[in-house]
Amino acid sequence: MYVAVKGGERAIDNAHAWLAEERRGDPAVTELSVAQIREQLSIAVNRVMAEGSLYDPDLAALAIKQARGDLIEAIFLIRAYRTTLPRFGASLPVDTGAMRCDRRISATFKDAPGGQVLGPTFDYTHRLLDFKLAAEGETPHAPTATPTPGPTPHIMGYLDCEGLIQQEPESDSTPPDLTREPMELPADRALRLQALTRGDEGFILSLAYSTQRGYARNHAFVGELRIGAVAVEMGIPELGFAIEIGEVVLTECETVNQFKGSKTEPPQFTRGYGLVFGQTERKAIAMALVDRALRWKELGEEDQGAPAQDEEFVLMHADNIQATGFLEHIKLPHYVDFQSELELVRKLRREAEGFATQEAAE
Amino acid sequence: MSDYNFAYLDEQTKRMIRRAILKALAIPGYQVPFASREMPMPYGWGTGGVQVSAACLTPGDTFKVIDQGADDTTNAVSIRKFFEKTAGVATTEETARASIIQTRHRIPEEPLTEDQILVYQVPIPEPLRFLEPSEVETRKMHSLEEYGLMHVKLYEDISQHGAIATAYAYPVKVEGRYVMDPSPIPKFDNPKLRMAAIQLFGAGREQRIYALPPYCEVVSLDFEDHPFEATRADHDCDLCGASDSYLDEVIMDDAGGRMFVCSDTDYCRSRRAAGHVGAQGAPYEEGRP
Repeated sequence: MYVAVKGGERAIDNAHAWLAEERRGDPAVTELSVAQIREQLSIAVNRVMAEGSLYDPDLAALAIKQARGDLIEAIFLIRAYRTTLPRFGASLPVDTGAMRCDRRISATFKDAPGGQVLGPTFDYTHRLLDFKLAAEGETPHAPTATPTPGPTPHIMGYLDCEGLIQQEPESDSTPPDLTREPMELPADRALRLQALTRGDEGFILSLAYSTQRGYARNHAFVGELRIGAVAVEMGIPELGFAIEIGEVVLTECETVNQFKGSKTEPPQFTRGYGLVFGQTERKAIAMALVDRALRWKELGEEDQGAPAQDEEFVLMHADNIQATGFLEHIKLPHYVDFQSELELVRKLRREAEGFATQEAAE
Repeated sequence: MSDYNFAYLDEQTKRMIRRAILKALAIPGYQVPFASREMPMPYGWGTGGVQVSAACLTPGDTFKVIDQGADDTTNAVSIRKFFEKTAGVATTEETARASIIQTRHRIPEEPLTEDQILVYQVPIPEPLRFLEPSEVETRKMHSLEEYGLMHVKLYEDISQHGAIATAYAYPVKVEGRYVMDPSPIPKFDNPKLRMAAIQLFGAGREQRIYALPPYCEVVSLDFEDHPFEATRADHDCDLCGASDSYLDEVIMDDAGGRMFVCSDTDYCRSRRAAGHVGAQGAPYEEGRP
């Protein structure tokens, strides 16, 4: 006799208990602390903050620990937490021109006021496994110097003075918020940038790469890439002025792209823009390239049918939490639908066989 | 979970969802965009249904969750537990006792009443999606009532296979206006879409809510010479003997042995409790499967 599959509840509880045990790993090995993750896996923490859309290194580190290092799972934990948080208000736009830069480079000018600052980068390291790290390491010390006083101006500003780069329309309108309003297409640039900055790093990277390989190619120079802390200010109505409520580390990338001119615009350079939480420069550069590719319409460029030009394709598939959920849901039971397909295929086959026999008889 | 609001979502969010639900009920079959929230379960696992349920639940409600018609499938268990924890509402497996039923892929066999709400989990709310991938285009097609593409697809099925080759998520026309995806229910369930209860459809990832008010006209698309046909396996339930219910096919052994059982577990249980016995069933005993 058939015994129905019962006990889903107990199976789930047991699976979760096993998961918790696996997460901890061998108890003979010291447990990883949240502070260790925050301090020593900071690039992972940054990615979780950026795609989770929540700037909180401690929570991101906790999420990474809970997710056993699965970053998309960690991003999911952060998103699910973030959506429950009340909103007190909105900050003023951050001034990245006043950033305290840890890193600031330009690929378009050999030098510029503020200088080129390499900062803590993997660039120019030889990717050789450092076996010394496998042993208990000493605490490394880097040489220090006095920072250049004064603000570090944006390099794009120099092109702007000459009128060589396209002017962006100024606007004081409140940008749309895709976490509070359903995404509406066509999207304006502010909404696109918002979707890109929390979009999946791998997806944005591959799209950007595709533009470099000729699918809506638009050669990009990194006009400037800067990483550092900026102050976050909030206007307090009761006080009548803005106060600083904290600071966040951001990566900002501005690209300079070729543009041959159109019917309405003279030849000039155009811009792509990337801005992402934390030290996340691969993502910021990729974001700038995709942003630029998506601007073909406003610049009067040709639609080449490339994926990176298709706003709906890019925006509807950039979110890894949506993507992973829907992808993985096919693990859920579908036997009711499969049963109806079974009946249909059997019926169609019976009819096809009947037809073939009839033809043979004739 | 006491840190969270009743039924998890904050009141402002529930209000936003209720507004979308009211609009959806006012325009049957029309997909209302809503600002879907990230839920603590993955997109594609019922977040739309969960948000609609959260917006409808009151402390006095009795909640039932089914997946594939069954109360004890893992995801149904998980969602039921979620609301037990976050809303503290009473839950039941009995269709008649539930005031809100959240479902995935089935409509219960037992007819629902005017006091009940049926909440569907919807993966892809757009019936035209697999004919036209762009949302911008499909919204335009709905607003212009431009459904020729769908009829061409059904016609092509007939010319190729001799029948409409859609077995589930079979498209319907609502009140003579909107073509609607009834969610991936088998087409066997389509005739039940006209019912006494309120039917709400939530698609979380796709940020859409749509609805069928009670007794609303729902017609499965077909042609005069190829009328719609609700199909089921040509068997009776092997446990309860029902000949009118939708059946699951269960593989019994390596030799291709199989049996057919009701997909609606509560329906099957209540029939067996009433003394019905199928070809392979044993007399019903309380607490035994």
